[in-house]
Amino acid sequence: MGSYSTNEFKNGLKLIIDGDPCNIIDNEMVKPGKGQAFNRVRLKNLKTGRTWEKTFKSGESVEAADVLETDMEYLYCDDEFWYFMDSETFEQVPASAAAVEDAKPYLKEQEKCMITLWNGAPLTVSVPNFVELEVTETDPGLKGDTAQGGTKPATLSTGAVVRVPLFIDQGEILKIDTRTGEYVSRA
Amino acid sequence: MIEQTGANPAFLTADTITARLIKRAVMLSKIRNYFSSQQVLEVETPILSPYAVTDPQLDNLRVENPFAISEDEPDNWLYLSTSPEYGMKQLLSLGSGSIYQISKAFRQDPPGRLHSSEFTLLEWYRLDYDMDALIDDVASLIHSVSADHKKPLAINKISYQQAFLDYVGIDPLSATAAELEAVAQHSLDVSFTSQDKDIWLDLLLTHCVEPKLGQGAMTFLYNYPESQAALARLAKDDNGNIIAKRFELYIDGVELANGYFELTDADEQLQRFEKDNILRQQAGKAVRNIDPQFMRAMQRGLPECSGVALGVDRLLLVI
Repeated sequence: MGSYSTNEFKNGLKLIIDGDPCNIIDNEMVKPGKGQAFNRVRLKNLKTGRTWEKTFKSGESVEAADVLETDMEYLYCDDEFWYFMDSETFEQVPASAAAVEDAKPYLKEQEKCMITLWNGAPLTVSVPNFVELEVTETDPGLKGDTAQGGTKPATLSTGAVVRVPLFIDQGEILKIDTRTGEYVSRA
Repeated sequence: MIEQTGANPAFLTADTITARLIKRAVMLSKIRNYFSSQQVLEVETPILSPYAVTDPQLDNLRVENPFAISEDEPDNWLYLSTSPEYGMKQLLSLGSGSIYQISKAFRQDPPGRLHSSEFTLLEWYRLDYDMDALIDDVASLIHSVSADHKKPLAINKISYQQAFLDYVGIDPLSATAAELEAVAQHSLDVSFTSQDKDIWLDLLLTHCVEPKLGQGAMTFLYNYPESQAALARLAKDDNGNIIAKRFELYIDGVELANGYFELTDADEQLQRFEKDNILRQQAGKAVRNIDPQFMRAMQRGLPECSGVALGVDRLLLVI
């Protein structure tokens, strides 16, 4: 496995820190007027999501993480794994429950997702910022209540429950912001 | 001078390219006015030299020298100056009197928020000034170049030892490398280990002390550990500790200037250069030939003086 010198540090570079793949979020060189230079680096652990600050001595080498970000299509899940396919090679990879945890409420079959692969296995799965999903269950719509701010819960085809305006009916397709889990509009 | 630039304090607050250019031009003009009023002479010294600095933490940028034929020249490179110090000390040894220079300096530093491989330095030397007199001089220069509509910055002075006691809780002069490392590892996530005490001093200074210095004020950090003397002369502090008569200036946590009560002993100077080269060798860096012209100037005799280098671009950032 290769390594990176601190001179090559930049945002988005993937490193192995204490055995875990990490992403550089911010890198600042700190140097006293006459003295040792340091790289003060904000890192995100790609397995746990934890972010923290670590200081390296400038000139140090750090192991590179074999991490690749790629678009894949969601196929289906069995009891254990969620399966994704590379649309060009048709290669399929299984993702663990931990990898799909954030994406799970919005995963729709045939939807394109961004997969972070580490040593060829999915580390994290991200769904697009906006997805369109069908309402499978909600209380009957109330006509004429388009302007007032009232909301009600609606269950979507993926199982996610979002707050929607009172006029939404079962069977409608909605646009959802996956970053906030909020209803945006009718699709 | 200032009137001719059309500078109006009202413009200086707007973040436009014109306002920035005016702010810089006005500051350079005020710097020159200050030194002119103090009878300090403006000089220029060469940017290119066949000799690089020995400082283990500094690396020169270099250009190829197409005319390298003389045997005096150690190799085919010309090195861009990291500071005008050696050239100015040669002038001092020839009897120039107090002098200042505004010049470009070049260092192999990766770019960052406060770092660039090319920057502007204001460097000056005052004959018969000790460290305390030069600190007061730096403060009055900063006051004289600050924008007219701003309240003058308060002046704080704290010794290197006291700053560490206050902000890190450890005595930097008596602590061992292992004790400093323990303090650093406790409060920071550090990727390396080292038996070099200076690395831990530098780490704690930059991460834990500097951010606290110069909050809405000018803070002068002075009396550095002996191992961090650079070109400053050594002395004893009030408690009998050997310290270097060196200081740095901070405003809002940003290091702006580094000054010394200058070492005038040529033999000690040579020993420090040779020690630098040993450290460079240990770090796997190229050993540097010692600049013979500079050594001749030291032997000729540097007058009693104090000198300081101040980063002009950073000063513009904080005032």
